[in-house]
Amino acid sequence: MSEIEDIFRFVIVAKLTEEQVIKIVKQIEKQIEVIKAFYHTDEETIFQESALYKVKSNSLFEQRQIQNVIKKSHANIVTVNPEFFVIEKTGFRKETEQLYNDLAPYGLLQFVRSGRISVTKSPMQITHILKEFSK
Amino acid sequence: MSTKPTLSNPKGSITGAEAIVRSLASEGADLIYGYPGGAIMPVYDELYKFQDHINHILVRHEQGAAHAAQGFARVSGKVGVCVATSGPGATNLVTGIADAMIDSTPLVCITGQVPSHLLGSDAFQETDIIGISTPVTKWSYQITRVEEIPVIIAKAFYIARSGRPGPVLIDITKDAQFASADFSYQPCTRIRSYKPVPPTAETDLVQAAELINQAKNPMIVWGQGVILGEAEEEFRAFVEKSGVPAAWTILGVSAIETAHPLNVGMVGMHGNYGPNLLTNECDVLIAIGMRFDDRVTGDLSTYAKQAKIIHFEIDPAEVNKNVEVDVAVMGDVKHTLAAIMPHIETKTYPEWLGQFKELDAIEFDKVIDAEINPTKSGLTMGEVIKTINANSKGDAVIVTDVGQHQMIACRYAEFAQSKSNITSGGLGTMGFALPAALGAKMGAPEREVVAVIGDGGFQMNIQELGTIFQTQAAVKIVILNNDFLGMVRQWQQLFFDKRYASTEMVNPDFIRIAEGYFIDAKRVTEREEMTAAVAEMMKSDKPYLLEVCVEKENNVFPMIPSGASVSDIRLE
Ligand SMILES: Cc1ncc(C[n+]2csc(CCOP(=O)(O)OP(=O)(O)O)c2C)c(N)n1
Ligand SMILES: [Mg+2]
Repeated sequence: MSEIEDIFRFVIVAKLTEEQVIKIVKQIEKQIEVIKAFYHTDEETIFQESALYKVKSNSLFEQRQIQNVIKKSHANIVTVNPEFFVIEKTGFRKETEQLYNDLAPYGLLQFVRSGRISVTKSPMQITHILKEFSK
Repeated sequence: MSTKPTLSNPKGSITGAEAIVRSLASEGADLIYGYPGGAIMPVYDELYKFQDHINHILVRHEQGAAHAAQGFARVSGKVGVCVATSGPGATNLVTGIADAMIDSTPLVCITGQVPSHLLGSDAFQETDIIGISTPVTKWSYQITRVEEIPVIIAKAFYIARSGRPGPVLIDITKDAQFASADFSYQPCTRIRSYKPVPPTAETDLVQAAELINQAKNPMIVWGQGVILGEAEEEFRAFVEKSGVPAAWTILGVSAIETAHPLNVGMVGMHGNYGPNLLTNECDVLIAIGMRFDDRVTGDLSTYAKQAKIIHFEIDPAEVNKNVEVDVAVMGDVKHTLAAIMPHIETKTYPEWLGQFKELDAIEFDKVIDAEINPTKSGLTMGEVIKTINANSKGDAVIVTDVGQHQMIACRYAEFAQSKSNITSGGLGTMGFALPAALGAKMGAPEREVVAVIGDGGFQMNIQELGTIFQTQAAVKIVILNNDFLGMVRQWQQLFFDKRYASTEMVNPDFIRIAEGYFIDAKRVTEREEMTAAVAEMMKSDKPYLLEVCVEKENNVFPMIPSGASVSDIRLE
């Protein structure tokens, strides 16, 4: 999805030299369906990852400290039922990792983390580019 | 120009299969190559009905269909078309598609697919050909709805031929072939997310011209881009006005004639001594429609480091990919070479050109003379090519396979007109030449087509003798038989202490095989008979196979060892 109907935005994280990234961007852009590929450094973007943590419900009640862990981490409780509860945390990698480490002692039933989503700090002229393409 | 009758528009709705055939006809694809099977049978049924409009050539293996379509495309400048069934039919095309991708050949490949309700069920002859072909196609698409057929086929032809050409694969489920819809064909002229030709910046043209005008020892290396862009005239004008010595990559040869005074020969692993050495001496290197393949550049860290580099290129992804350039002139060379002309000064470089000639003389004494004028007993590949030249006057289309014979043929064949050298360059696909020669002969029936093939590669698509027999396409087949996978044997000799692991072949009687297909054939082993045999072959107006038994353990020189610098080119 993106802010424009029928246009999809993909975020790919590449840990490479700038020279290598430029080559990859050109190869991606060469794909017929790709409208435009950009590359940015971390500093030029706002980015986040989302993580879900599934924990046994009894630990929530039997081990009071876990409530502090959750509160301190600014995570949200998504669902609670007699068997388990699910916490969602969106943030930087080190924040979701911190929560992972904090919850691990209580027994994580499942853990999953999304890829990076990001937006650029400076405007990205997609609409303008689309107009150019339509000429 | 198509000689086929024009198709009138259908009344009412038609089947997807008919829509496919009508779409092909609308694109002027009146000659296609293929092989039938379950998932493509509705299309074959329509091809039967439309045989006045489309000539379908039944090959003997789908790989042959892809290579034949390539040969057709390369000689004619048109889009080659091949058709195959699902599963093994589709996978058999893949080598040819990959070859077309890396050598920028426009192809549209149509494959049948199992009905859409069976997709993903491991149905009989189901393969994910889109998944398999994605990395080796310019574009691929699976059609499951009949309505999409004309739109997608129009897009396929547009993508295949525009910009930097390449292969496109369209996979069509059998239910979409059976279903019906209204039909009207609109050629595609634009795709929102696809800019085939990047804009040319005037400043780049000016900057490039300045570098060229100020150069003391400039050199051109041109590639297939000149031919693909049909920019031969613009290129010639540029070379002649600038006076810059011009060398070619193996796919670029024939864009200007071999005999042109500024044509200084071939670059790369088995290229000529002069242009390879002087790549590292020139002060400005002008690359035109070429992509700095590693077989051309050798070790990149020692490639033309002293030179300012200008790159005329249509594909932005090729710029600074292998070699960092100083000025990139983006765009179609037909346009950019014309546009730079007013900025270019008329010049000559007699002394610099003299350096090419001196090195050429050294190469002649050490390598070329013995190859094309041998005095020792035992036929050389070079003298056979020289004899072909003498008979063809440089007007033949030379189709080569892969190996020593390919390098010798490309080094020594003389060309008088463009689109005359058809070889598998980037992929180096053994088995390419026999089907490609068939396609070339059908794409340019008025021209002499000579396929130069090794004894190894000949046996990789030997079955296409059947197609040549059935079509009676008058292809001249020259097998340069050294009873070895010669090029690999050469490397074993030079780099693996002569351990000839699995490179010596006990060959069949090629003449009897040709006779089995009722193709005229002759074997020669002696110099005296060779000249007459080549002349006899060239005179024939039918398919003809000439086997020349050459020296078994000759090597191709010069040679830049793999990964070495162009300066380390060896003459022996
Ligand atoms: C399909 C394929 N398999 C393997 C190779 C590796 N290869 C390159 S040249 C060569 C030998 C070719 O032998 P032959 O056709 O007899 O030609 P010669 O070199 O003897 O002239 C081989 C095996 C290849 N290029 N293509
Ligand atoms: Mg051989």
